[in-house]
Amino acid sequence: MTTRPTNLPPTETRLASLVADWSADGETFKQVPWGKAMMWIFLLSDTFVFSSFLVGYMTVRMSAVEAWPNTSEVFALTIGGQHIPLVLIAIMTFILITSSGTMAMAVNCAYQHKRKQAAVLMLATALLGVSFVGMQVFEWSKLIVEEGVRPWSNPVGAAQFGACFFMITGFHGLHVSAGVIYLMVVAAKLWRGHYDQPQRADPGNYQIVEVAGLYWHFVDLVWVFIFAFFYLW
Amino acid sequence: MSLQNSSGLGSPSQDPLDSANLSQERGTECPAASNNHAQQHPIGLYLKVWLLLFVLSSLSYSVDYLQLQGMLRWSLIILFMLLKAGLIISVFMHMFWERVALVYAILLPPLCLLALIALMAIEANYTFANRLAFFSF
Repeated sequence: MTTRPTNLPPTETRLASLVADWSADGETFKQVPWGKAMMWIFLLSDTFVFSSFLVGYMTVRMSAVEAWPNTSEVFALTIGGQHIPLVLIAIMTFILITSSGTMAMAVNCAYQHKRKQAAVLMLATALLGVSFVGMQVFEWSKLIVEEGVRPWSNPVGAAQFGACFFMITGFHGLHVSAGVIYLMVVAAKLWRGHYDQPQRADPGNYQIVEVAGLYWHFVDLVWVFIFAFFYLW
Repeated sequence: MSLQNSSGLGSPSQDPLDSANLSQERGTECPAASNNHAQQHPIGLYLKVWLLLFVLSSLSYSVDYLQLQGMLRWSLIILFMLLKAGLIISVFMHMFWERVALVYAILLPPLCLLALIALMAIEANYTFANRLAFFSF
């Protein structure tokens, strides 16, 4: 991956194309389908939403006088008599990465015009997403019922922990749930041949799979940051 | 790992800057996706990145499992996080092959978050000092 593909323009031409695109007094993102450009701009705005949450978390954690709860212990599980720290979160991380992989495969199949394979892979991605949300529900209920963590207080340390936890993971879980619905809708349409209908402006164009994939990979990307800053830090 | 077969831009382009550099790519374009910006890359690349993400996730989990502490812990967490984020954005989200105008429009604005982080860190330190000074714990 260290070599740049030969079909890309050399650096100076890339810079020239950047200047040319932005100063063209016309469409800026040339050859970028509008659906993809719009999804990227939405994801950029979502980046700021999640960053605000994470920066807010940093602020309250740095200013907390009480000790911050040890996440390694809070999220530990005892499986088969073995006490494993943070294990549920690790499993959730692997599930999300697996789902990102199946999504990338789905996008690849869509570009090869393997309609049904792409739909099945998207469905697999959605199912992995459902299992992720299911584990999150388990994690939340364990924390609320067994550990007594509340947004305003908790028995394991600084009171701000609960508010950060519920806000950040809740918002991320909401994104995963929305992504599951989005993927299932696109997969169903793909399976039925909706994107091949002759009355469409561009029949046989499966660009939507890549756009949906962008959203899904973004959800995985956000989890990378949550995993690092909230669970591991 | 070679990316020689990948086609960043599959469509015949009207832009002189592109047509000059991408003319050798015409042969590989997918006929069905001829009027869009086709992102076709060898499946092996995705599998390798997928495997790498698994390895990096295991490494970041082992940072906690081995209970590394202090600067070593934080620097390893940040390192693995950035590597994973970079792989997801550049390969899975195709940023590596995207048009430069879009790449800069998406990747530069989040840099202003650094200012927010700096300001809020100063603010948090100030709050913390005041809490220590005025509330007895």
